[in-house]
Amino acid sequence: MCGIVGIYLKSKKFEKDLGKMLSGMLVNMESRGPDSAGFAIYKKEKKEEFKYSICMNNLVFEKFKKDISKKIKYNSIFKNSDHAILSSKEKPEKVLSILNELKEISLVGYGRSIEIFKQIGNPKDVVKKFNLEKFSGTHAIGHTRMATESAITTDGSHPYSTGSDECLVHNGSLSNHNNLRRDLIKRGINFKSENDTEVAAGYISNHLSNKKNLKKTLQSGLSDLDGFYTFITGTKKGFAIVRDEIACKPAVISETKDYVAIASEFQAMAHLPGVNKANIFEPEPGIVYTWGN
Amino acid sequence: MKLDLRKLKLRKINETLQSIDPKRNNKKYTILNPEGNHAIGVGLTDDIDITVKGHVGYYCGGMNQNANITIEGNAGTGVAENMMSGKIHVKGNASQSAGATAHGGFLIIDGDASSRCGISMKGIDIVVKGSVGHMSAFMAQSGNLIVCGNAGEALGDSLYETDIYIKGKVKSLGADCVEKKMDNKHLKKLDKLLKKANLEKLKSKDFKRYGSARKLYNFKIDNVSSY
Repeated sequence: MCGIVGIYLKSKKFEKDLGKMLSGMLVNMESRGPDSAGFAIYKKEKKEEFKYSICMNNLVFEKFKKDISKKIKYNSIFKNSDHAILSSKEKPEKVLSILNELKEISLVGYGRSIEIFKQIGNPKDVVKKFNLEKFSGTHAIGHTRMATESAITTDGSHPYSTGSDECLVHNGSLSNHNNLRRDLIKRGINFKSENDTEVAAGYISNHLSNKKNLKKTLQSGLSDLDGFYTFITGTKKGFAIVRDEIACKPAVISETKDYVAIASEFQAMAHLPGVNKANIFEPEPGIVYTWGN
Repeated sequence: MKLDLRKLKLRKINETLQSIDPKRNNKKYTILNPEGNHAIGVGLTDDIDITVKGHVGYYCGGMNQNANITIEGNAGTGVAENMMSGKIHVKGNASQSAGATAHGGFLIIDGDASSRCGISMKGIDIVVKGSVGHMSAFMAQSGNLIVCGNAGEALGDSLYETDIYIKGKVKSLGADCVEKKMDNKHLKKLDKLLKKANLEKLKSKDFKRYGSARKLYNFKIDNVSSY
């Protein structure tokens, strides 16, 4: 079991409330995943800047800041609990290779608009720790984890991001991830954990980088990814959900004129504004639903 | 009597509903703010009327005996699961496994039911005004499943003796499920059930009947791929 949630705003009305809406959804999904929680939130991008979401683990922020300033020219660096968001105009390839060499930290995602925070612990504590309620943005995805497939660690927490402004959360388990991982490594995708979901994220990154759109990528995933899954995935401007053909893993969608909310169970979104008048439906098995592009 | 889930714990509400004294207690209850909570109104044994004002989570009305439950919203997984008797009316859509393993009673779903509706049903009558998803009536043993819309893939897979009536299209039939002749006995039975669901306008002759071919009852080596 795990809980997955996501919101895509169709209008600007709730941009300031996005963090608050997502926070309530994650807390309500504690019953499906008390081991760890995480979220990715898409904010307005700044020209020419890339943002890097970094989990500092046990490293002290001041020391990290001092060390990194010798290696990377950055525009800003913010601390949020044990995570840091670093913004830089330098080429992503250069920044990524430097950050990936630092063994004490974990790079949890990067892109022009995405920020990712994830940590072990109860969802209630995790959202409080990162002050999720104060976040604003255009769309967001979150996850509460009940670990079954790999250890309870930050690297084992969702969302997974294996490409610029991409993220994926997953309820379920994949059975062919080892084979797929080997194949994707050959194609140049880097993995940081033994986790099955990271492989699905890598699969999506690989297809998107080959100029396939999000819908087609997920449609091909239906035949290439073997196992049980409900996936919610986000890109800079896009948002999607897909369930495997057997559809053992639940999902509910609530759509109003202002937003699309997705969750494993309706109780995750019972607090959302206007939800009782929303169009509420279950995504059908093997069908890819997308919003944005 | 109104029971508000924002003010009272679910366990308290269920305990109240499970310990009714028919001589003294009210027989009509309204549950407010269900907000997708699981296990609302489970294990009821008395002849009481319950209206739930909103969407419910998993297993609403599970194991029901005698109670009459109306859900004014959608229902999550396993509504009316293992119901023995009584009636449950979902005014919205139902998620997967509606009426699963239920031995008796009457379940009406005004909207659609998703996959595995009536899985392993053992005597319940289910009327779905919309459509049902894949693997509905999987291993169903007894009772009637009536669908006014369409049915998804593998309808009635490994079916025992449930009668399935579908008005719309069937995407595919499961192993050992076949279309069967609709004779007078079945038309009469279907008319009665449609009337019970206030669907007198529908004509029983517009439905098709499906049931077990009874070829998987005993092991045959030729059928090995179907087991």
